[in-house]
Amino acid sequence: MNEFVLIIRRDMVSKDAIPSPEQMQAAIKPFQDWIGGIAAQNKLVAPPKRWDSDGRVVKQDNIVTNGPYAEIKESVGGLFLIRAENYDEAVEIAKGCPILNWGASVEVRMAVQTEYK
Amino acid sequence: MEDSQLLHNLFRTEYRKLVSVLCYLFGIKHVEIAEDIVSDTFLAATETWSLKGVPENPTAWLYTVAKNKTKNYLKRDVFFEQKLSPELKYGAEMSEEIVVDLSSKNIADSQLAMIFAVCNPYISTESQVALALNLLCGFGIQEIADAFLTNKEVVYKRINRAKEKLKVENIKIEQPTALEINDRLEPVLTTLYLLFSEGYYSSSQNTILRKDLCAEAMRLVHLLMENKTTNKPSVNALFSLMSFHSSRFDARTNEKGEIVLYDDQDETKWNQELIIQGTYFLNQESTGDTITRYHLEAGIAYWHTQKEDTDEKWDNILQLYNSLLILEYSPIAALNRTFALAKVHGKELAIQEAEKLKLEDSHFYFSLLGHLYTDFDNHKAQTHFKSALKLAKLEADKATIERNIKKLVL
Repeated sequence: MNEFVLIIRRDMVSKDAIPSPEQMQAAIKPFQDWIGGIAAQNKLVAPPKRWDSDGRVVKQDNIVTNGPYAEIKESVGGLFLIRAENYDEAVEIAKGCPILNWGASVEVRMAVQTEYK
Repeated sequence: MEDSQLLHNLFRTEYRKLVSVLCYLFGIKHVEIAEDIVSDTFLAATETWSLKGVPENPTAWLYTVAKNKTKNYLKRDVFFEQKLSPELKYGAEMSEEIVVDLSSKNIADSQLAMIFAVCNPYISTESQVALALNLLCGFGIQEIADAFLTNKEVVYKRINRAKEKLKVENIKIEQPTALEINDRLEPVLTTLYLLFSEGYYSSSQNTILRKDLCAEAMRLVHLLMENKTTNKPSVNALFSLMSFHSSRFDARTNEKGEIVLYDDQDETKWNQELIIQGTYFLNQESTGDTITRYHLEAGIAYWHTQKEDTDEKWDNILQLYNSLLILEYSPIAALNRTFALAKVHGKELAIQEAEKLKLEDSHFYFSLLGHLYTDFDNHKAQTHFKSALKLAKLEADKATIERNIKKLVL
C-alpha cells in the first residue's frame, strides 16, 4: 500500500463561482458519503480536516497577502491522505469526488517512500 | 425477604464497596488481604445472622464488623503492620489510629480510584474485564466463568495474573487528576463498553447473568458521571448508548434464547424508560464540542429506537456511520454503513460499495451481500449466503443464514 494525497481545487473567489455556496451546501452529504466510502475500505489515513478559507500567502521580500484567490481561480478546497496500491486505484477513488460535477479538480500525488535511518 | 436472599443482595452491593475502600487504603499490593477481610465479614454475617437473626441495619452491621476486622488484623499481624503501615494512605503511625472510612463519599472515591486502577492498559482488556467483574462488581469466579463460557480455572488464572501485573507495575489506587483524565479515561471507557458488550452479545444462555453484566457496566459508567472530574461528554455518550442497547434486551432473544433480528423484533418489548433515559443523556452530552465514537454510536442507536423506516432515519444513520468510520475504521461499522447506504441510495450502489470492502473472512460480509442481492439477483444472493454459512461458527448464526436461503425465490 502507498499513501496518496488528494488535493481538491475549486474556484473560491469569482462572483459567479462554481460551485456556489448553495451547491457546496448540497454537496455536503455526497461528500461525506464519498469520504465514508473510502473510510469503509479502511483506506483513509486520517480524518480529513476542514480548512479555513481565509488563508495567507507569503512571498519573497516578506510580502503577505490575504489568500491566493485574487490571482487564481483554483484554490485548495480540501486535501487529505488515502491509502491505495497504485495510481490507478487512487484515481478510481478520486473519481468519486462529488465536487467534480461542479467544476472542481482533484490532484492525486503519491508519497515517495523515504527511508530514514 | 428470605434471609439468604438478603445476604446475597447485600453481598452484591456491599462486597465491592468494602473491597474498594480497603484496597484504596492498603494499596494494590495487599488486594488479597482486603478481599480476605471482606470475605471474613460476610462469613461472620452468615454465621451470626443465622443464630441471632438479621440485625436491624444489616449494612451498618457489615461496616462495623469490617472495620473491627481490619483493626484486629492490623494489630495482630506484626509483619503486616511493619510492611503496610508506612504505605497507608492516611499516614497513620499506629495501627490503632487507622480509620476505615466508610462514608458514602469515601466509598465513591474508592470505587472511582479502583475503576482507574483495574481498567489499566498494563493488563489485557480481557483480564481487565474479568478483574473488573471480580473486584468492582463482586462477581464470583464461577459467575465470571459462566459469562465467558469458560471454566473457573481459566478465570482464576486470568485474574491472578492481572493482579500480579498490577502489583509489579506498582499501579496506584488513587483519584485521577483533571490533567490525567484525558489520557486515562479512554481505556476505562473501552473496558466498560467491553464489559457491557460481554453481557449484551454473550452467547451464554443465562439471561439473568447477562443482564447483570450490562447493569454492572452501566452502574460503573454512572459512577464516573457522579464525579465532577470524570463526568465528561464521552462518559454521558457511553451511558446513553448503553441505555439504548439495553432497551432492546428483552426483544432481541425469544423464549428459546435465540437471537431475534432487529427487523423481526416486537417493539412493544422495547423498554421506553431506557429509551427516554438514553435520549436525555444524548441531548445532555451533545452540548459539548468533542465528538467521540460513543456520541456517534449513541446517535445511531437512537435512530434504531425509531422502528418506522423513514428517509430521515436512514439518512441520519448513514451520515453517523460515515463519521464513525472517518473517526475510526472497524469492519462491523463498514458493513453497517453499507446496509444504511442501500436504504438511502438503493441496492445497486450499495452492492458496488460492498464489493469494495473485501472482508472475505467474515460471514457478516457475505450475509450483507446476500441481503443486498436478495430480490435483485437471487442466484447471486444464494451464492453469498452459502459462503456465509461456511464461515459462520455459532449455531444461531447458521440458523439465521439458512432461514435467509430458504426465503429466496429462485
